[in-house]
Amino acid sequence: MKHKFTLTHLEELEYESIYVIREVAAQFERPVLLFSGGKDSIVMTHLAVKAFWPGKLPFPLLHIDTGHNFLETIVYRDNLVKKLGAQLIVGSVQESIDTGRVIEEKGATASRNILQTTTLLDTIEKYKFDAAMGGGRRDEEKARAKERFFSHRDEFGQWDPKNQRPELWNIFNGRKNQGEHFRVFPISNWTEMDVWQYIMKEKIELPEIYFTHQREVFNRDGVWLAKAPFMTLKDNEHYETRTVRCRTIGDISCTGLTLSTANTIEEIIDEIAATRVTERGGRADDMRSEAAMEDRKKEGYF
Amino acid sequence: MSEFSTKGYLDMELLRFTTAGSVDDGKSTLIGRLLYDSKSIFEDQLEAVKRASIRRGNEHIDLALLTDGLRAEREQGITIDVAYRYFATPKRKFIIADTPGHIQYTRNMVTGASTANAAIILIDARNGVTEQTCRHSYIASLLQIPHVIICINKMDLVGYNQQVYERIRQEFNNFADKLKLREVTYVPISALHGDNVVDASLNMPWYKGGTLRHVLEHIEIGNDHNLEDPRFPVQHVIRPLSDEYHDYRGYAGRVAGGFFRPGDKVTVLPSMLSSTIKSIDIYNETLDEAWPPMSVTFSLEDDIDISRGDMLVKPGNLPLITQDIEVMMCWMNDKPLQINGKYAVKHTTRDVRCIIQEVKYKVNVNTLEQIPGDHTVGLNDIACVRLRTTKPLFVDPYNVNRRTGALIIIDEATNNTVGVGMVTTNQLLNGG
Repeated sequence: MKHKFTLTHLEELEYESIYVIREVAAQFERPVLLFSGGKDSIVMTHLAVKAFWPGKLPFPLLHIDTGHNFLETIVYRDNLVKKLGAQLIVGSVQESIDTGRVIEEKGATASRNILQTTTLLDTIEKYKFDAAMGGGRRDEEKARAKERFFSHRDEFGQWDPKNQRPELWNIFNGRKNQGEHFRVFPISNWTEMDVWQYIMKEKIELPEIYFTHQREVFNRDGVWLAKAPFMTLKDNEHYETRTVRCRTIGDISCTGLTLSTANTIEEIIDEIAATRVTERGGRADDMRSEAAMEDRKKEGYF
Repeated sequence: MSEFSTKGYLDMELLRFTTAGSVDDGKSTLIGRLLYDSKSIFEDQLEAVKRASIRRGNEHIDLALLTDGLRAEREQGITIDVAYRYFATPKRKFIIADTPGHIQYTRNMVTGASTANAAIILIDARNGVTEQTCRHSYIASLLQIPHVIICINKMDLVGYNQQVYERIRQEFNNFADKLKLREVTYVPISALHGDNVVDASLNMPWYKGGTLRHVLEHIEIGNDHNLEDPRFPVQHVIRPLSDEYHDYRGYAGRVAGGFFRPGDKVTVLPSMLSSTIKSIDIYNETLDEAWPPMSVTFSLEDDIDISRGDMLVKPGNLPLITQDIEVMMCWMNDKPLQINGKYAVKHTTRDVRCIIQEVKYKVNVNTLEQIPGDHTVGLNDIACVRLRTTKPLFVDPYNVNRRTGALIIIDEATNNTVGVGMVTTNQLLNGG
């Protein structure tokens, strides 16, 4: 028989994340929650709502919009913001391009993924945010496995992985100088499976593209990518209709789709339990080099 | 097909454990084995490691490349920082805090140990108990990790000999008498060949205990938190000021000890005012009871002044309220501890400042002996230190409560966390 005062692993993770989110609200003056429309940021938003109930969210949501979104994500985002009565701020990559802050990549594999970093840092500076909460998880990628809950960024928004602050017990040090900020990762200790199980347990609504649907796609280097006006095919590529779903949601140009007929959370969980490839295995942005994520993170990426 | 049923997974418990050691001890091989045999390594991860191993000219797949996440670590072939790894069996979900084992990484080991329910300590069967074993065990005892698992590894290299196992077991047992380890389990293994890691060894029929995975799955973790002394550090005050919840005032926090129920009388520290718990809320649920480490919100019967950094306790069971505190300190920074220096302190949700009054003694982490006459506390040193705070803290000895007995020291010039302290049992009564 189970001890009376035990918790399930999902409860323990939930309580840990709520503690971290409340700590952010208490230690920082202008926190913000990075909302991408993906399942991780949706779960993080749900945890934040729980953390401050019956009060409202004490910080706005920030969406860094590459302009290359799945339409379903934007519809979902706007509905959620309305339901929560939350404040939404949008940082536009298109605007960063138009104002010459960044230059659009050229060629068939062009992606706006890296450009987001500039837009993100500009938006953080513009609104003087001192803590940005992200849905990053340590199990996603090996550079993220070393990330702290409270991750310090210097005045240039850079991460110094070799010089991170020690983080012990559940005591988080959010002290900083003027102009510096923190990235905080409340769901650091969750795995992909935990996120899905929690979505099932809490009956959290998701954008439709997480479930199976028919879509025009093409195959590039073994990854299925969606047809979109701004995508250019290479010579050997062609569009075909497939039954797919998103395992992660990011910029369309680098989000790989999974061939899948999973139509419910339960089916998705069974599919993930049986799968042998990590979720970032479908992310073209990570395949650029062995340290691709570490390099992007040092510059200030999510 | 998968071992996980959709329903079963919702009932799993979480176990956090730490592993300390270097590649030589077979630590990476052991972790690789646990992950691999639990089917927690994905094909693309394995492919990436294979490619990297070949590029480096390694003969075997180097599973250490899975855990060494930073470029500098891969270049130098060492683990610098704490890496967190995740795997699950049908019984439990596990978080591994994987730390380097050399003495210059004591601070990383301490970090990994701070949140662990269990520690795996590897002993090379050929070498028996060494300085490194001593150091790792001391850190496990200092950080009060409730369960210690001694893995006597490389049994294949000593012919799976029972006498070797028994001798090392006895050797460790004698040595562990000096330490305050709560619970020790011994498992003879060969990480390389997989004996007694996930599957029972055919080479050691004389061993009647469980495999390492079995031990990890069955350790009793329900009692790891303090359930005797109710402690609730207030983290945040929730005041919705909405029409529906106009008068609601909630005290949000994480239970750090004991349990609380609606109707319980509580005392507020430091004001010593009293009230009664009206409700325990989390989202739109009302709970009958809250215990560690639950994050909840209390509402009280009386409208009294309570803010972040205050603590709710029960009358008749107060923590020590003091400005003079003795801690075992692990120093985490290149710049040594300054005696008479002033630092910022974080303890539960409370922020104060302190002055370092005295270094009583330093500990040789390899021999556990006190180092007389040397009061310089530098990076990775562990010392008994007395400090005085600007305002009282509400503390319990660390061996009674790992949450209310822990604090961190921050350099006010750099804002860096430079030291961590564990409150000793040797406190002046009514100090300050």
